[in-house]
Amino acid sequence: MAEFEPKIVAFVCNWCTYAGADLTGTSRIKYASNVRIVRFPCTGRIDYMLLVKAFDEGADGIIVSGCHPNDCHYTSGNFHARRRWIMFRSLCDFIGIDIRRIKFSWVSAAEGAKWADIVNSTVAAIRELGPYEEYQKVAKKPVKEVING
Amino acid sequence: MSKIGVFVCHCGENISATVDCARVAETSGKLDGVAYSVDYKYMCSDPGQSLIKSAIKEKGLTGVVVAACSPRMHEPTFRKACAEAGLNPYMCEMANLREHVSWVHEKGEATTEKAIDLVRILVEKVKYNQSLNAIKVPVTKTALVIGGGIAGIQASLDIANTGHKVILIEKDPSIGGHMSQLSETFPTLDCSQCILTPRMVEVAQHPNITLYSYAELESVEGFIGNFKVKIRRKSKSIDEKLCTGCGLCTTKCPVKKIPSEFNEGLGMRTAIYVPFPQAVPNKPVIDREHCTYYLKGKCRICEKVCPIQAIRFDQEDTIEEVEIGAIVLATGFSVKQPDFFPEYGYGKYPDVITGLQFERLASASGPTLGEIRRPSDGKVPQNIVFVACAGSRDEAKGIPYCSKICCMYIAKHAMLYQHKVHGGKSYVFYMDIRAGGKNYEEFVRRAIEEDGVNYVRGRVSRIYEKNGKLIVKGVDTLLGAMPVDIEADMVVLATAGVANSDAEALAQKLHVSYDAYKFFAEAHPKLKPVETNTAGIFLAGACQSPRDIPESVSMASGAAVKVACLFSQDELTRDPLIAVVNRMAPPVYSSCVGCFLCVSACPYQAIEKEEIKNRAGEVIKTLARVNPGLCQGCGTCVAFCRTKSIDLQGYTHEQMYTEVMALLNEY
Repeated sequence: MAEFEPKIVAFVCNWCTYAGADLTGTSRIKYASNVRIVRFPCTGRIDYMLLVKAFDEGADGIIVSGCHPNDCHYTSGNFHARRRWIMFRSLCDFIGIDIRRIKFSWVSAAEGAKWADIVNSTVAAIRELGPYEEYQKVAKKPVKEVING
Repeated sequence: MSKIGVFVCHCGENISATVDCARVAETSGKLDGVAYSVDYKYMCSDPGQSLIKSAIKEKGLTGVVVAACSPRMHEPTFRKACAEAGLNPYMCEMANLREHVSWVHEKGEATTEKAIDLVRILVEKVKYNQSLNAIKVPVTKTALVIGGGIAGIQASLDIANTGHKVILIEKDPSIGGHMSQLSETFPTLDCSQCILTPRMVEVAQHPNITLYSYAELESVEGFIGNFKVKIRRKSKSIDEKLCTGCGLCTTKCPVKKIPSEFNEGLGMRTAIYVPFPQAVPNKPVIDREHCTYYLKGKCRICEKVCPIQAIRFDQEDTIEEVEIGAIVLATGFSVKQPDFFPEYGYGKYPDVITGLQFERLASASGPTLGEIRRPSDGKVPQNIVFVACAGSRDEAKGIPYCSKICCMYIAKHAMLYQHKVHGGKSYVFYMDIRAGGKNYEEFVRRAIEEDGVNYVRGRVSRIYEKNGKLIVKGVDTLLGAMPVDIEADMVVLATAGVANSDAEALAQKLHVSYDAYKFFAEAHPKLKPVETNTAGIFLAGACQSPRDIPESVSMASGAAVKVACLFSQDELTRDPLIAVVNRMAPPVYSSCVGCFLCVSACPYQAIEKEEIKNRAGEVIKTLARVNPGLCQGCGTCVAFCRTKSIDLQGYTHEQMYTEVMALLNEY
């Protein structure tokens, strides 16, 4: 059997982490190709229901990353994201999401190497945890069964 | 039904070396809703753009996905190309196959698969894109310049000379800044006052410049082209219109022992004072912290002697509200007070002084009228030591950066000393001599070779007093770290240039970013050195990092040109990627329930309360409404909204959920 390749979705802000990931590219730093970036204007825009949706659709791991505190392009969006993340973390237990599968971090536009590190370490960690089948069993299967009658 | 065109760029070989571009184009072509797909060597080139334009016209495309470099690089290029072909520019999206794929992954199946995924995500997103129109906002053609040092003066004059109005505010009673305190300037040794004061007068007399001295920024609202600024004009306690600046009050004021800020504490001033004789405006202010009348309720001598009754003890601060199109920040820097250097004994020994204090001693208008006399007993020092990098380039002191101007001004100080004290001996302790600049190296060589200044390469560990002499314990690293003790009569510390103590507060008022040392941050270190990350706010001079006069002046002129470019337009266009609150037919009007959680989320105060009234004028519903002029499009309100009534154009719920679903469905 081929090695398990985790599906990682990254929710990043346009001004810091997206630009940081651009810098990883311009610096030609190699990292695992398992990640797919979804660009938002700001981490403040990230509705955490999108994370639930991503797990629902079969993501094995998620990265959320934006500007460092105090560096938000919009002054305070990342603070709101951080506060909501703290709330969401405690909800994760309740809805059955393993928070080890979510990596929340700050990557600035100057931290190309850090972005590569975060992707690589997240991929390694998720590879260790294996495919996220538990969530699919809990969250998805019953719904499908209901639909199928 | 969508008809989307996918355009895959090879970027020479930048993308095609690791990604199979032909396969990306072919696979994308089979996606639902894709009417046309092609790959091409350079999509951003003229023929590449023509390819997109003709496809839009011939195939009647309703959306475009360009799979090339980062959208941060070429999104404007391709959106413009779409607009030229008649497609709404906001129907174009970019998949980042270069920075996020080809440059960071090895050639192989997985890499091409990722490229295909990224294209598919955006194809699905584009299906939900809406045609949007750029927002047009008017431009108020008045600039605000904050800080009246040489940078602020230059920026004000340059903007004013392009025919636009300028308001210059200065927190001190006079403009001039640090440059007015300097004696001579390197590398020409021309007198600072002689070149600066005519500029100061020009500012005061320019028909396009309104000068508010003794004024500070109170608050800023709004955005590029449309700032609403409140200026606090601190009470000068005089009627400026009446006062002729005769100066009688300053000679009669009984409080005469206040250390003069202009003379760096080496001279004294009165409580009602003009900072220096060449001040602009040359009218006094009352320092209420020291004035006897304000402290004890008695005195009022200045009022009695004033020949035209211009003293106003009951005057209060006034707030001036102005509309501004662009702001130039020219607030300069401060000199680190060397009390954090206990080993050098500043404060303990009166003859250990800072470089700026030495400027005042050497200045013809200074407390010693230009004679080098030490503060303690007024004697002419026969041995003088200059210590470079007192704080700068010293991680242990928290200032790892180079203050840049010190090497040059120390050479100047030593030279001035040698010119004024014949037979005196001067020593300079330095780490490196950084004399990059036109005629700068020659200037330092002149100090060493012609004026006989002794340069010792090494640092000073300690300064202490012994038998009335200051013992400077240093080391000469060019002689194998040989200890050097010098008996000095006076020591000058080249203390680090640091950001003003209120720089952080000011940056937060203006939403301007700043670095770890509280210097204001430029938008790009190379290509946008005078812009900030906040549109319409520009930087000039040492508020961005320590710099000398020629650099400050050229930066100020650069900022002035940026302002002039902005003012050459009557209207600005902005991306319409802003939040909107949904509206529905009556009696619902909107799914917004008026909880106004969004108001607390918005960093720009862009969300207003809108009242829906019936024909009788009664309020039947209160909704949130986004002011499109103020909204910057962060979308924080969108994530806050409990009823999902607010959405961000360009990043709508539909678009973002679609992206996530498209991403994982075939991943």
